[in-house]
Amino acid sequence: MGRLAESKTLMSGNEAIGEGAIRAGCDFYAGYPITPQNELTAYMARRMAEQQRIFIQAESELSAINMVLGAAAAGARAMTSSSSPGISLKQEGISYLAGCQLPCVIVNIMRGGPGLGNIAPSQSDYFQATRGGGHGDYRCIVLAPDSVQEAHDLMMLSFELADRYRNPVILLGDGMLGQMMEPLKLAPFNSLKRGKSKQWALTGCLGRQPNVIKSFYMQEGQLEEFNRALQGKYKRIQMQQQRWEELYISDARVILVAYGTMARITRSVVRRLRQRGERVGFLRPISLWPFPQRAFRRIVERRPRANLLVIEMSYGQMVEDVRLAVEGRLRVEFLGRSGGGIPSQEEITRATARCRRR
Amino acid sequence: MKRIFSHPKALRKVATHYCPGCGHGIVHRLIAEVVDELRIRQRVIAVAPVGCAVVAYHYWDFDGCEAAHGRALAVATGIKRFRPENIVFTYQGDGDLAAIGTAETIHAANRGENLTVIFINNAVYGMTGGQMAPTTLSGQKTSTTPSGRQVSLTGYPLKISELLAQLPAVRYVERVSVHSPQEVMRAKKAIRQAFINQIDNLGFSLVEVLSACPTYWYMSARQAMDWVRDVMSKEFPLGRIR
Ligand SMILES: Cc1ncc(C[n+]2csc(CCOP(=O)(O)OP(=O)(O)O)c2C)c(N)n1
Ligand code: SF4
Repeated sequence: MGRLAESKTLMSGNEAIGEGAIRAGCDFYAGYPITPQNELTAYMARRMAEQQRIFIQAESELSAINMVLGAAAAGARAMTSSSSPGISLKQEGISYLAGCQLPCVIVNIMRGGPGLGNIAPSQSDYFQATRGGGHGDYRCIVLAPDSVQEAHDLMMLSFELADRYRNPVILLGDGMLGQMMEPLKLAPFNSLKRGKSKQWALTGCLGRQPNVIKSFYMQEGQLEEFNRALQGKYKRIQMQQQRWEELYISDARVILVAYGTMARITRSVVRRLRQRGERVGFLRPISLWPFPQRAFRRIVERRPRANLLVIEMSYGQMVEDVRLAVEGRLRVEFLGRSGGGIPSQEEITRATARCRRR
Repeated sequence: MKRIFSHPKALRKVATHYCPGCGHGIVHRLIAEVVDELRIRQRVIAVAPVGCAVVAYHYWDFDGCEAAHGRALAVATGIKRFRPENIVFTYQGDGDLAAIGTAETIHAANRGENLTVIFINNAVYGMTGGQMAPTTLSGQKTSTTPSGRQVSLTGYPLKISELLAQLPAVRYVERVSVHSPQEVMRAKKAIRQAFINQIDNLGFSLVEVLSACPTYWYMSARQAMDWVRDVMSKEFPLGRIR
């Protein structure tokens, strides 16, 4: 315990995300208050000032995401955070960021919907995050941590991937993850020379031709050509960035699939069932887009008679990607609740037993 | 021999897509002249609107950024805060700045962002085919006010410049016009001032330019200039507001 206290600090998910951003070299934060992510905005207000970086409380989420667009265009590592209703407002800006190929990080600490919904944890923005959300043929990289530590670490990765692919990255958590306290091993500060390598950024045209950041292509054929290039980038991301965690797959008859907070609960059910000798496996997508199809293809090959049980804090969103990934070759069952309820360990255990009998 | 007139360096030698008699082209040139005279071409970053001036960044020869309809001042805030050494300006129409972007406009002004705003008031939405703008005059016919703007239903012409002038963090607001050579010279002076203020770190400066849209005023270019002088500038009086 003494050693633990030395090397780790206790932080909430929201704060760990904020500190991850600080250590990843985030230059610019703009946001608008909304529960259950207010601790993150407040944390950034304090820490960005301490680090002499830029924090703005915007007049709306619309404005916040467009401030991020400006800062990103100028070469900053820029981010915003919000929760479901606020993320809906940001969709126009996210579409422009994708169309302008600008790097940025967007944190969504999901709450219940539709509409104003409630402030209970939820996973019902999966479609919005992974399908684009705004208008046009685009994708955001979507990463879903299941612990305070992973939320912190994935923030570092988010900024890296955003810059590498010049693409928005969404960190998708929920109210539970945001509020929960856990011991955290802090990542080292990123030492990159900020903005140096971004030849395309707006800096004033001293010693070079003017740069223009835009998503507007009016001439015949131009937009189609641009969209083809974007799709090529998305293909590359799909090849290179599928991430997941798996447990006990090799002899599993039923494999439980969940992400984020839901995966924590599911993992402990799987461990308990394993202790009782039941052949249950566990698969947790970490990248939701690109969806880890490779993991599912391997299951189809290695466990062709296994059943899958997908568990979500929604009425069935990720389950569609699972079905697409297994292409009808495995049976896929679903258990989900949202709007305040979270599938309990007992419900998961019962649903697992039903899957096994089939 | 002393050269007293030439093509501004900051203006590309390309044909614009603007209609004959449109004010946008005149104001583009004035901005380019001011940028040259202040020797800031290599420091300037323009934020273009969505409106007829959507590709303004292709007409100027310096860095430029797109913004979604109405969001130019949020985008400019992001750029300027990260690169305070650059000179950042927005160029926006009345729909962009005073309808869909009203919140961004008022709050950037209220924060006293050290930005320059060139606000083109042509009393209509040009790009989308001549609909009512917040600045459309009472009785003015547009495609969405076919029998003339009725203020009892659609409100009065919005004087956003006067509204902004109330805010303590706003440094400079002036309304000018480009309907005659004298007015063009005054407009250039105001635009110059708005850029100098930013160079001197004095805060938010806005120049509203009354600008003809002959196409959707359904007039000849000449009639449109006269209409600015005789009608529009009565509703929107010229001069320093703050
Ligand atoms: C979100 C959104 N809504 C509507 C439009 C359509 N639109 C494009 S320009 C414009 C109005 C332009 O009018 P103004 O800002 O006065 O500029 P002008 O064209 O007159 O120079 C509208 C409504 C859009 N592009 N985006
Ligand atoms: S429609 Fe009006 S504002 Fe647009 S280019 Fe033509 S004259 Fe200018």
